[in-house]
Parts: sequence; C-alpha cells; structure tokens
Amino acid sequence: MVSDYRIKGETGEWEVVIGLEVHAQVVSNAKLFSGAATAFGAEPNTQVSLVDAAMPGMLPVPNRECIRQAVRTGMAIDAKINKWSRFDRKNYFYADLPQGYQISQLYHPLVGEGEVTVLLDEKDESSARTIGVERIHVEQDAGKLMHDQHPTMSYVDLNRSGVALMEIVSKPDMRSPAEAGAYLRKLRAILRYVGSCDGNMEEGSMRADVNVSVRKPGDEFGTRTETKNVNSVRFVMAVIEHEARRQVDLIEEGGTVAQETRLYDPDKNVTRTLRSKEDAHDYRYFPDPDLLPLELDDAFLDECRKSLPELPDAKRKRYELMGISAYNASVLTAEVETAGWFDALLSNDVDPKQASNWVVAELFGALNRLGVSIAECPVSPAHAADLLKLVADGTISGSIAKTVFEKMLESGDPAGAIVEREGLKQTSDTGAIDAEIDRILAANADKVEQYKAGKEQLFGFFVGQTMKAMAGKANPQIVNERLRAKLS
Amino acid sequence: MSVTEKDVLHVAKLARLALGDAEIERMVPELNNILGWVEQLGEVNTDGVEPLTAVIDNQLRLRDDVVNDGDCRDAVLSNAPDAQHGFFAVPKVIE
Repeated sequence: MVSDYRIKGETGEWEVVIGLEVHAQVVSNAKLFSGAATAFGAEPNTQVSLVDAAMPGMLPVPNRECIRQAVRTGMAIDAKINKWSRFDRKNYFYADLPQGYQISQLYHPLVGEGEVTVLLDEKDESSARTIGVERIHVEQDAGKLMHDQHPTMSYVDLNRSGVALMEIVSKPDMRSPAEAGAYLRKLRAILRYVGSCDGNMEEGSMRADVNVSVRKPGDEFGTRTETKNVNSVRFVMAVIEHEARRQVDLIEEGGTVAQETRLYDPDKNVTRTLRSKEDAHDYRYFPDPDLLPLELDDAFLDECRKSLPELPDAKRKRYELMGISAYNASVLTAEVETAGWFDALLSNDVDPKQASNWVVAELFGALNRLGVSIAECPVSPAHAADLLKLVADGTISGSIAKTVFEKMLESGDPAGAIVEREGLKQTSDTGAIDAEIDRILAANADKVEQYKAGKEQLFGFFVGQTMKAMAGKANPQIVNERLRAKLS
Repeated sequence: MSVTEKDVLHVAKLARLALGDAEIERMVPELNNILGWVEQLGEVNTDGVEPLTAVIDNQLRLRDDVVNDGDCRDAVLSNAPDAQHGFFAVPKVIE
C-alpha cells in the first residue's frame, strides 16, 4: 500500500521521502575497543582508559560482545551478515573526539541489507509497510561536551567516548511522519527484545539523523537535508513535518533546497542550518591500520542465531492464533517487558483471550493510575492468574474481580485470601436471589407493567437492582435466568 | 593528479594547520613530488590481485566483555593543559 501523505503547495501536492540513520548504543559492560565501563551517569572521566583518551601508542582491541550484539540485531531484521568486515577511520577534529578520528565501518559494514515491517494501524494487517534497512555498522561513540558550566570554557567528559554504537541506516523508504514514527518504534522494540540496546531515548541510547526530501509524486528524489541527533519519536515526526513544509515553500518561492546538515530546536519547533555542503566535513576515510579485518566463523553466527528470543512479529502472530484480538496482540507485544509479563501470566494456564482483555483494560488502567511501569507492577503474574481463574470458574463475578484486584494492588495479598476474608464469593443460592427479585419486582410494580407492555430495555434495570441488592455477589447468569422466569 | 595551492590550504585546514604563504608555496611541489612517487605503483598490473589488508597473516583478536580498565581519572587528565572539576577544560566550542 502506498502512503497518501501529501504536503499541499501552491503548485499542487508534494510527496515526502524519508530515510533514518539510527544510532543505537550497544548494551555491553565494557567499551567497543577498551576495558573501560559503559554505565550511564558515572562521575566525569572515571570510565576512561588510556585507549579512550587516545594516548599515544594505545591500541584498540574489539569487544566480542559488541560484535555479537550487532550481529544478533542484524539477524533480528533478517539482514545479511557479512562474515568479513573491516574498520575504517573517519577523520575529523572536535573536542569530544580525542583520537582525531572515529573508528567506524564505511566500506565493509558488519551487517548488510535487512528489513523492518511496521503496522500503521494496530488493528489492521493491511496497514503494514516494509521499510528496507541498508546496513548496520559498529562504531565508537564520542565524548560529551558541556558548554554551560563556564563562561569561556567547554568541559569535556570522555566517559561515553569509545562506547559501542550500532548505526542502523534505513533506505529512503518512508513517505510520511507516521511511517517514520512507526519504524522508529518498531526498531526500538526489536532492539529491546534482542537486548542489544536499552532504547532509552532520554538518556541518548537511541538517536536519529533524519533525512528528508520532497518531490512531485512520480518524480526523481529531490535534494535532501539531514537533521542530526533527534532524540524522540515525537521530535522525529515533528522534524519531518516541519522540514517538508519548509522545503516545499522554498521551492515554490523559486529557491532550491541546499544539501546541508540541520539541527532541530524542540523549544521553537524549527530546524536551522548547522553546516552547508561547502563546509561539509571531508572525512578522508581509510582502513584503520591498527585493526585487522573482522572475520566471523559459523559457530559464532550459530550461537548468535540460537540466542535470539521470540521477536515481536512472531509473538504477535502466536497470540492471535490463541484467539487474542489483533489489537490486544499488538499492544501486548509492543514492549518486551509487557510481553514478558503476559507470557508469565499465560504460563499459569489461564484463558488467553480473557487474560489479554484483562491486562489491556484492567492492568494497564491500574498501572496508569499508579504511575508505575509493568516491571514495577505490585501484582505478580501468578497472583493475577489466580484472580482470573476465580472469575473463570464462577467463584467471583467480573465486577467483584475489579474490587478484589484493587485490594490486591493495595495489600499484595493473593486473590483467594481477599475473597475469603471479605466474603466476596459469588452466590448461586437461588433462594436468596429469588427473595431479592421478589422484593424488587414488588417495589417496582409500575416498571413491571411497562416491561410486560413491551418496554424490554427495563430488563437491565431489574438485573442492576438485583445485583445491587446482592452487593454484586449474585451469579449474573442465575439472576438473568430467574428474572426471565419471573417476568414471563 | 596535481596538487594546487587550494588543495594545500584545504588539507591544512582539515589538519588544523596554519600555513604561511611561503609554506604553502613550498608545500605545492613537495606534495606533488610525494604523490608522483606513490603513483608509480599505478604502473604495476594488479588485475586479479586481492587488496592487501594486512602484512601479517594473523586473525583479529577479540576481547571478552569485562571491565578491567578505566577509573584512572588523574592519569587521564594529567597531561591536559587545563582540567576543572574532573573535566577536560577547552576553549568554548559550540558548533
């Protein structure tokens, strides 16, 4: 299906062409080429080895785990893994890069072409789009500069310098902000399932360079701009909207789009020129003479493949085959923690469909109210399963289950204990139910007349009154049966 | 390939070298001589020869994912012209 997202200009409609370069920080204990730690938030320059500080004579030795994580990520997007790859030096001078070059992979990346399938509408399989991935290569992150601590000096913290990054380069396959947003969310989910990147965009673990150009539908690609280091899905979508509009206006006013690097200012929601092509860096890439080519054997690749977990698409399909709705399946698989919690719930032998409805409606609602993530959920999957089973076997009604769940969230006690203690068991005692029904029908003789005269929607009123009188504990099925019998 | 004054200035800028006019003038023939010397390699027929990636027949060694380095801030900062509060302090740079 082709996107119908268009920018309306004075000369007609314009199509937007988008490609994303995502920098994802690799989850590892040590850095890509040194034994210094990678943990976020350490005191400045305490996680810096002499390799990271680029002291003369220091030599890089690649971290096997970083390579492994990039390979696993490639496999998760069905990409070609290159058993022979190589590191290159990308030369530029900046205060956050003590080597004077970044070790990266230009000519022979570790991972070749792959693809990511996204759903634009979670309820609708026909909204699927496949976005091509050009390559994934591994490279060093740079240090961090702070400009606001001193009037005339910038402060440099090299803790991040040398941490492994995966650069995941998409093809120019996206045609709307929604597609780009869906791609970024899906990519983040895959990385988090695989465990190769924590996907924490606020801490900068994932950031995107956004390439945007516009064209009349069917024309050749226009000149693109690249907006650097955008650190949220929302901002990526805003950059595309803003940049596409700016380019259309520029062209229609007779100007031309300059190939340039831009920066996004989230406070003003504008992009501005960072550097034009004339000032573009001339990186003078060449093979890093300190590093031999990286050659991977079949045993290494086999281990990478075997270590992959069930991925979001496969999990979603499995859930749907269990009878879970497409929407629920999509929501439950979007985050690896949610899927893990739900899998644990399913392992307790509950009805998948009932469980999925309960998680999406009740559990998510409660977590929202409490303002906690599912990882911090006060109720364990096993305890939740007990609650669902009490509903399934008729011990408590659905509405009582809500009360019990609230008490479980407060006390952490198991459902069975709360039901016992508070006397919340559903009653199928027809004697007690009949007595209440008789009383209610007698007290509402006028409504009984109306009902018998054909106002059938009053049936719900009688059910409600009976349930209320029984404090919600009457078995609703029996209430229905007895009421129908008495009103017929 | 022939190097011009413009090329020398460009390369000097990339290397953050400030060259005077006399130096630029001297660099043009020097760089051309070097390039000319290297270009002699072009005379050799290399059809079907694999690019040489290393002169030693050796495999790249990989390291285990173990933290066994770093935590040496004083050493790292000891050669810095200026360090403040545990940071390298450099003339303000905002790109």
